[in-house]
Amino acid sequence: MFDSKVIGMIIEGIRDTLYMTLGSTLVGYLLGLPLGILLYVTNSKGLKPNKIIYGIGDFICNIIRSIPFLILLILLIPFTRLIVGKSYGSTATIVPLVICAAPYIARVVESSLNEVDAGVIEAAKAMGASNLQIIFKVLLVEAKTSLFTGATITTGLLLGYSAMSGTVGGGGLGDIAVRYGYYRWQTDIMIVTVILLIVIFQIIQNLGTFMAKKIDHRKK
Amino acid sequence: MEEILKVNNLSKRFDEIVVLDNLSLSVKKGEVVVIVGPSGCGKSTFLRCLNGLEDIEEGEVLLGEEKVNPNKKNLSKTREKIGMVFQSYDLFPHKTILQNITLAPIKVKKRNKAEVTEEALKLLDRVGLLSKKDNYPRQLSGGQKQRVAIVRALIMHPEVLLLDEITAALDPEMVREVLDVVLSLAKEGRTMLIVTHEMAFAKAVADRVIFLENGKIVEEGSPAEFFDHPKTDRLKRFLETFSYEK
Repeated sequence: MFDSKVIGMIIEGIRDTLYMTLGSTLVGYLLGLPLGILLYVTNSKGLKPNKIIYGIGDFICNIIRSIPFLILLILLIPFTRLIVGKSYGSTATIVPLVICAAPYIARVVESSLNEVDAGVIEAAKAMGASNLQIIFKVLLVEAKTSLFTGATITTGLLLGYSAMSGTVGGGGLGDIAVRYGYYRWQTDIMIVTVILLIVIFQIIQNLGTFMAKKIDHRKK
Repeated sequence: MEEILKVNNLSKRFDEIVVLDNLSLSVKKGEVVVIVGPSGCGKSTFLRCLNGLEDIEEGEVLLGEEKVNPNKKNLSKTREKIGMVFQSYDLFPHKTILQNITLAPIKVKKRNKAEVTEEALKLLDRVGLLSKKDNYPRQLSGGQKQRVAIVRALIMHPEVLLLDEITAALDPEMVREVLDVVLSLAKEGRTMLIVTHEMAFAKAVADRVIFLENGKIVEEGSPAEFFDHPKTDRLKRFLETFSYEK
């Protein structure tokens, strides 16, 4: 049953899963991080309150986040095809994963920034720092532990979602689990892929926790 | 002597509560003004208005010729000249002591890093904390953190220094080490506005003491008249709460 063909397929699955998870986390942060900063800054208690901009950002985040991922996946098929050229395979899956992740990341970033002690921000203001200087030299530095923890949680979430995308031909371990475990009743292959997903998740989580501890200077 | 800071008819409300009520004050260069008063009398709010950390409803704050206004475009330029030290130190937890001090002069004032570092080390030495330069804030005691916070404000070469209850969160034994630093700054002729509950210290450091209540100046005078011959009954009662008789 576990011949070289199956093993080769599982290795490919691991590769695709990592590609989708890390790729979508990375691109997700390219969109989500600036959006999160924007939400923080334009919040009524932020550095530059702006009801309209905050309202729009807040609305977009809530709308996308309230659509279940599986439905988003299907809903976005035309959009995915437009961008990647096809709607199946691991690269195509990154598109809905990013769309799903970006608002989530924005919220995680916003809450991380909100955790930064207001006194520290005031101290920076009192020194004459501009808003940009406060964001890049103080806020992001002081929030880095929390941002890192948020990134770890997000990566774990996207690992799960990437597996879910297997149901619509997304590739990766989730795809294998669905095709072999569900359609062909080959439970053993499904169990192996599930174990692999657990192991990958553990590695991501432990690495993230370790790194977050390492960069935290607040307490030790 | 020339006036450096001028407050004209400053008023501020938090919703319905009047915090500052038509307050006027002028501070001369080199003068040390100490503000005392009961909790919630608007002392801290007043100090925060002086560098634009609070919106003001009416009146104006002038540093020299420049208006300090929270809605002004180049407020940060004016703020560079007003140093502030807070009750809760507010050092940057993720930066070393040296980085805490050099951040603003390098990034905000765009000064040369080597030169700023040299000055920072000199100032740290002056407050007896040179050996802590590579430590992080969490490794310092409250008194040490507050001395670092003072250095962090000094390195910006402020024209006025605002000290907001800087010993209120400290153990009694650490109060001394911080106030000694402030006393030495007063001797140097620095212009300072100090909000404090340490009456003995106020007496020693002040050129002028102000008693604030309900957002108004109730009484002001030299430390000698203020503490020994208070004119108003309200101030007498306030000062009595600090002395004990058996």
